[in-house]
Amino acid sequence: MPGLEDLYREIILDHYRNPRNRGELPVPPAHAETGFNPLCGDEITVYVQTEGDRIVDVKLAGQGCSISQSSASMMSTAVKGKTIDEARRVVSTFKGMMSVHEQRLGGDEAERSSDALAELGDLVALQGVVKFPVRIKCATLSWNTFAQALDAVGAPNH
Amino acid sequence: MAIDVTAVKKDFPIFDQEVGGKRLVFLDSAASSQKPRAVLDAMDGYYSTTHANVHRGVYAIAEEATRLYELARRRVGAFVGADDPAEVIFTKNVTESFNLIAYSWGRANLGRGDVVVLSSMEHHANLVPWLQLAEERGIVLRYLGLTDDGRLDTSELERELDGARLVSITACSNVLGTLTPVREVADAAHAAGALVAVDGAQLVPHVPTEVGALGADFFGFTGHKMLGPTGIGVLWARRELLEAMPPFLGGGEMISDVRTDGFSPAELPWKFEAGTPPIAEALGLAAAVEYLEKLGMDAVREHEKALSAYAIASLTERFGDDIKIHGPLDAGSRGGLISFAFKGIHPHDLSQVLDEHGVCVRAGHHCAKPLMRHLGVAATARASWSVYNDEPDIDALGDALVDADRIFS
Repeated sequence: MPGLEDLYREIILDHYRNPRNRGELPVPPAHAETGFNPLCGDEITVYVQTEGDRIVDVKLAGQGCSISQSSASMMSTAVKGKTIDEARRVVSTFKGMMSVHEQRLGGDEAERSSDALAELGDLVALQGVVKFPVRIKCATLSWNTFAQALDAVGAPNH
Repeated sequence: MAIDVTAVKKDFPIFDQEVGGKRLVFLDSAASSQKPRAVLDAMDGYYSTTHANVHRGVYAIAEEATRLYELARRRVGAFVGADDPAEVIFTKNVTESFNLIAYSWGRANLGRGDVVVLSSMEHHANLVPWLQLAEERGIVLRYLGLTDDGRLDTSELERELDGARLVSITACSNVLGTLTPVREVADAAHAAGALVAVDGAQLVPHVPTEVGALGADFFGFTGHKMLGPTGIGVLWARRELLEAMPPFLGGGEMISDVRTDGFSPAELPWKFEAGTPPIAEALGLAAAVEYLEKLGMDAVREHEKALSAYAIASLTERFGDDIKIHGPLDAGSRGGLISFAFKGIHPHDLSQVLDEHGVCVRAGHHCAKPLMRHLGVAATARASWSVYNDEPDIDALGDALVDADRIFS
């Protein structure tokens, strides 16, 4: 049985107690998306400001548990300054890490994952969440919401 | 006679084990209770000795299955003072019970502008079916408010019920634990010409219940919260209402005749039981009812009321203003649960740390999002009790809260 230390790593608690990039951005020019976790009622709003294809600012509003808040905080620092394509890759790698199914794959797939994981930096601290399947939705809430924001920003009529 | 928790616990196989090396402290019975061996045996015994479809086969084991299924209906009905088995319909759960009311009675009786009155503390089971009808036919929903201490506000009842066709409220909030004055609301509703539906999911497992004394026209409850199995619930309603209502689901068993151009529904209660029913579950629920009757529902109520009082007193004494218990603070106004906030720690995180101590509580919106918005929170932590809980369980909850404080503060 996984222990709490797998879940509540120090870096996670740090981002929870001192969340980065809290606040709002004026819409427009920024784009905002709100996501809900139907399990617990948490909601988060992700503000994304782009210039050309680069994400120049990300802000987060809403409420949630330590896992959803710290995951959002870490995400904001990880994607700020990246191009939209680079950010999408981070999203994809993170969501791969959060997939309970991915964890069961062996061989090449697992190796590819571990290479990609190296790029995630501090976010790897959230890997322990996979051992608590009910909490995966907490960790991925801000990422799914951010991905929706990217889709909207990338839409031709934006 | 007081409940002997040590003896009761021995009747529940789940407490024979440790979970993660810890004594199992199960404080989530409001979500779903544990099951005594008598319930498992009733279901097992049926499958092992006399399983056959009911109301069909003309052979010994099918006759016996039918007899046991109908006996279960009488026992379960009698448990809530429903003496006419024709008025006791087995459903899948209380959610289905309320969908049955909304689809069958609602569609036959409600149209644009008709008013259905709910309370602000309804479970989604007694809310979404009405929202669906509002979308589909333009019925109007009105909500009875709450007082500051989480009771149903009945001060404006007459005005709020004016012109209503149906009042549909919970008898006990699954979030606040508040017992509502069902009889007072029912009398006022009837005086206003409205029918009354009552959600008894959190009442029947904990408080002696008589549908007649409540003044209900419809009454729903569910098996798995009252020591019975999942997959079975009940809708009780007055016979003349059920007779006038069209069937809900169509299919086998619910007909008396089917032609290529139409059908005639079966008699009550089978008119509302399409398809093969949950036979083993009905027998399991009857065994649960028998188990509760043996303990005595008055004793169950006293035991759980004492636990609520102990929980409120001991947690308040230990944590003072660091713990905020939602809803009324006198145990007599509550069913068997408390919802609380603790030092701003998110309920998910609380629940996770509590789990490390073997303490199971529910964290979330409890399928009552409008009430969460009223309370100004996204979620609460909820501890709930049943016949197998005692004061050391509450103490274990308190000890685990100390640890949560250590991690997150």
